[in-house]
Amino acid sequence: MPAVSKGDGMRGLAVFISDIRNCKSKEAEIKRINKELANIRSKFKGDKALDGYSKKKYVCKLLFIFLLGHDIDFGHMEAVNLLSSNKYTEKQIGYLFISVLVNSNSELIRLINNAIKNDLSSRNPTFMCLALHCIANVGSREMAEAFASEIPRILVAGDTMDSVKQSAALCLLRLYKTSPDLVLMGEWTSRVVHLLNDQHMGVVTAAISLITCLSQKNPDEFKTCVSLAVSRLSRIVSSASTDLQDYTYYFVPAPWLSCKLLRLLQCYPPPEDGAVKGRLVECLETILNKAQEPPKSKKVQHSNAKNAILFEAISLIIHYDSEPNLLVRACNQLGQFLQHRETNLRYLALESMCTLASSEFSHEAVKTHIETVINALKTERDVSVRQRAADLLYAMCDRSNAKQIVAEMLSYLETADYSIREEMVLKVAILAEKYAVDYSWYVDTILNLIRIAGDYVSEEVWYRVIQIVINRDDVQGYAAKTVFEALQAPACHENMVKVGGYILGEFGNLIAGDPRSSPLVQFNLLHSKFHLCSVPTRALLLSAYIKFINLFPETKATIQEVLRCDSQIRNSDVELQQRAVEYLKLSSIASTDVLATVLEEMPPFPERESSILAKLKKKKGPGAVSVPDLEDGKREGGELNGGGERGPDSAAMSASNASTPSPSADLLGMRSAAPMSAAPTSAGSLLVDVFSEAGPAAPSAAVNDDGFLSSAPPSEDPATLLSEADELLNKFVCKNNGVLFENQLLQIGIKSEYRQNLGRMYLFYGNKTSVQFASFTTTVSCPGELQSHILSILRATKPVEPVVEGGAQIQQVLNIECLTDFSEAPLLNIKFRYGGALQNLSLKLPVTINKFFQPTEMTSHDFFQRWKQLSQPQQEAQKIFKANHSMDTEVLKAKLLGLGTALLDDVDPNPENYVCAGVIQTKGQQVGCLLRLEPNGQAQMYRLTLRCSKDSVSLRLCELLAQQF
Amino acid sequence: MQFMLLFSRQGKLRLQKWYVPLSDKEKKKITRELVQTVLARKPKMCSFLEWRDLKVVYKRYASLYFCCAIEHQDNELITLEIIHRYVELLDKYFGSVCELDIIFNFEKAYFILDEFLLGGEPQETSKKTVLKAIEQADLLQEPRHEYFNVPVY
Repeated sequence: MPAVSKGDGMRGLAVFISDIRNCKSKEAEIKRINKELANIRSKFKGDKALDGYSKKKYVCKLLFIFLLGHDIDFGHMEAVNLLSSNKYTEKQIGYLFISVLVNSNSELIRLINNAIKNDLSSRNPTFMCLALHCIANVGSREMAEAFASEIPRILVAGDTMDSVKQSAALCLLRLYKTSPDLVLMGEWTSRVVHLLNDQHMGVVTAAISLITCLSQKNPDEFKTCVSLAVSRLSRIVSSASTDLQDYTYYFVPAPWLSCKLLRLLQCYPPPEDGAVKGRLVECLETILNKAQEPPKSKKVQHSNAKNAILFEAISLIIHYDSEPNLLVRACNQLGQFLQHRETNLRYLALESMCTLASSEFSHEAVKTHIETVINALKTERDVSVRQRAADLLYAMCDRSNAKQIVAEMLSYLETADYSIREEMVLKVAILAEKYAVDYSWYVDTILNLIRIAGDYVSEEVWYRVIQIVINRDDVQGYAAKTVFEALQAPACHENMVKVGGYILGEFGNLIAGDPRSSPLVQFNLLHSKFHLCSVPTRALLLSAYIKFINLFPETKATIQEVLRCDSQIRNSDVELQQRAVEYLKLSSIASTDVLATVLEEMPPFPERESSILAKLKKKKGPGAVSVPDLEDGKREGGELNGGGERGPDSAAMSASNASTPSPSADLLGMRSAAPMSAAPTSAGSLLVDVFSEAGPAAPSAAVNDDGFLSSAPPSEDPATLLSEADELLNKFVCKNNGVLFENQLLQIGIKSEYRQNLGRMYLFYGNKTSVQFASFTTTVSCPGELQSHILSILRATKPVEPVVEGGAQIQQVLNIECLTDFSEAPLLNIKFRYGGALQNLSLKLPVTINKFFQPTEMTSHDFFQRWKQLSQPQQEAQKIFKANHSMDTEVLKAKLLGLGTALLDDVDPNPENYVCAGVIQTKGQQVGCLLRLEPNGQAQMYRLTLRCSKDSVSLRLCELLAQQF
Repeated sequence: MQFMLLFSRQGKLRLQKWYVPLSDKEKKKITRELVQTVLARKPKMCSFLEWRDLKVVYKRYASLYFCCAIEHQDNELITLEIIHRYVELLDKYFGSVCELDIIFNFEKAYFILDEFLLGGEPQETSKKTVLKAIEQADLLQEPRHEYFNVPVY
């Protein structure tokens, strides 16, 4: 029933197209095109005015040439001329050309906009639609400026034809996506929302895309759409398969609209109105029920449309995460799909189950499908499906099934596709670490990983196993034994040599009692691999050798012999040569004591987020990994957590890189200690390196002697704790520097800086008088609990001078270490004599838990996933309070940044709200914190919500922050 | 939806529709990459794949591949049916459509698509309504119907 004899309209075009198709070679095609371009150019330039038909034909030819992939640099003006033709097909071709070949020539844009304006006001619906399509296709800023205010009017006007409304709705959507600032719904909002009630299904279908997008950005303004969407959905779901006539698709009523309605509802929390909610739950149940009914058609279109709605409904159920019954039903439904003969359904079921696995209500139900998923991993023929299966196994993993899942993933790795190996390796490493109950299993797993997929084991993974072995002394012997055995394989991966070199260098002594692994056997085994390894590994091995000299004096002669040979001491690689020279010298000059100090066992690594996890997040991109919640409070294996991005090799074993930049710098580089390690003599730099690594730990051991902390002298007078003390504290929550206290005699200034769980505070005591203060003493004390295990304040410099001259200022430095979270503030007591009178005052030092924040950037998806994970009631603290200060955006932003968290943009669907994330670093653990601040300008109120992985932190932060805004 | 591509088994691009602003260079790069990826897949494989940060949904009809890139929260199955509905529209309009129809009447293929999808979202899902709109336009092509064209001021 083609209504038109196609091509008749433009015979010349058809001829040209078949000429092109007949071209035997690319060159011939280009020749033909150039001939045509020359022809068209001459026609356009010719004296004779072209009629509309010819213009249309040539413009269409140009378009065809462009779509073939050739550049077109003329013809725009002719196309614009066509726009003002009153022949529909000429206008249509003109618009098509403009839509495809957008041009930024401003004169042209003015002409185009003029033509569009004429068509929009023509009241001819076909012309209006063409103009709207053009705006929607181009969607440029200029068009938004010209039409964004006009289109809403067309959309809601009572006399607008349905087809025009449909175009207007989607046109507006496109403009909103490119220039949201120019599309202001304001007064139109409610009429746009009510399009959901329109009689014409096409209008509803078009409008809902617009409403969904607007609701995502302005949920509050559009929230009336929820009840309308529910009733619309309910009507569709309960309609018979023929009720909706042409909007029924293969016996499924309005599948596109149904999906969109379910999608719109996912912009909102579950409806509060009981009746609406009841109706919605009924709809969801009906959709789940229909999935069990026999299909009305065997056609794949029928089942696709039906299942599209089903999956969207399941997404909504997961989004609500509050109806255990529906969640379990959804899980069972997906379970059926896992074994479906359609690959598409298996793929989607695996994907959707991944999100279900993170809900507490359905986690167990998901786990029951483990065998099916493992089977999918083994037998699916499509790599993208296997990938989904691996993702799901990762998501459903917990302590109960970790061993099984890790074993399956390991065996899959042997044959896995190259494209996903690295990611699989990271996942195995993370699961093994997270769920390690016994560490020998962990070590076995990682060594297996290196054996099976050594090429894909990134540095992070082998760094990590070393960090953990160093930090756990119960596994060191086992690790040494296992790695020793692994190294005996005739061919072993270089990463294995690295781990082996490092671990035997540190803990080889633990297995040296067995004659089969005597020191010399160990050394010979390592050295047999030396010549096959790359330079960085060789460098590491050299460091292991020098450690051997310390561990086993009996190997000294053999090792010195190796170091002394030309291939080491005159190696063309400067790094290797330097190590050989220095180690040789060190081993011959230094006494055993010095050697033992320099080459002492590595100190434990600071506890930080797993660097592998960070890598996986980076690799998969935000939102793509449903990471089992590593940051949750219930983590039992928490102590396993070792060092951060710094590789273990970077510390003591990187002795000699200070003066020579080497190609292996990134493996061996010492970031934090760089300036110090530039010491001139290399033996010296070795010492510095070693000690600078032990640095943070050293003072804490040494400091208590001076009694500053524990034995505050009994005071003569009870000091008056200043009444405004808490106000002082509040003043410094969001800033680190300023005047802490001032009266007629004394001014105390403060400057502080914090890094991770450490802080340094400079106190400046200024004598405002002209008379000296005598017997000036300051004492810092930690009241109650704070003293014993919460916060250790260490005095780094000598006690303050006992005399402060008139007009002078003295300085005191405090070092602070946060051991666990705390809520009290330390007290500063100051005593001095001024003209014979004893002055005694106490203030709270502004050390608050938020000072130990490290900002965490995350995407909206990650944020909400974590937000959901922290959903236990006691993890949340909330306050609604009146604004005490300006509600100005910039001021608020500055405060939130001062707080120490990362201020996240584009996370909260409501742009008025502020969302922050950070991790509080204490010595023993890390506390993840999420914050949401919702200002209400009209009421001058705020709602502040905090969710932290530790309850006490949520409470304390909430308390502190409520005073700030 | 971010874009839709139609290409032949030989990798020749037959139709391209972009719903996000991209430079010509980017468009060419994306097209090249995606055509290669999709053509390399075997027949029984699933119709969805993750590609960059998008999801790609594709289906083959005779010698033509229809390929859509959608965003993360979009629904794969309903996108598959968007493709199918478009194929049905082409089929109905041309009368069992084949690749040649789309080559020689590429402008019509674009017009039909614009009636069905606008800005990447379904505008009108009723087959009858879409075809009626296109046929009406075809009638306007006949000179004797020219009076339809006179705008009503």
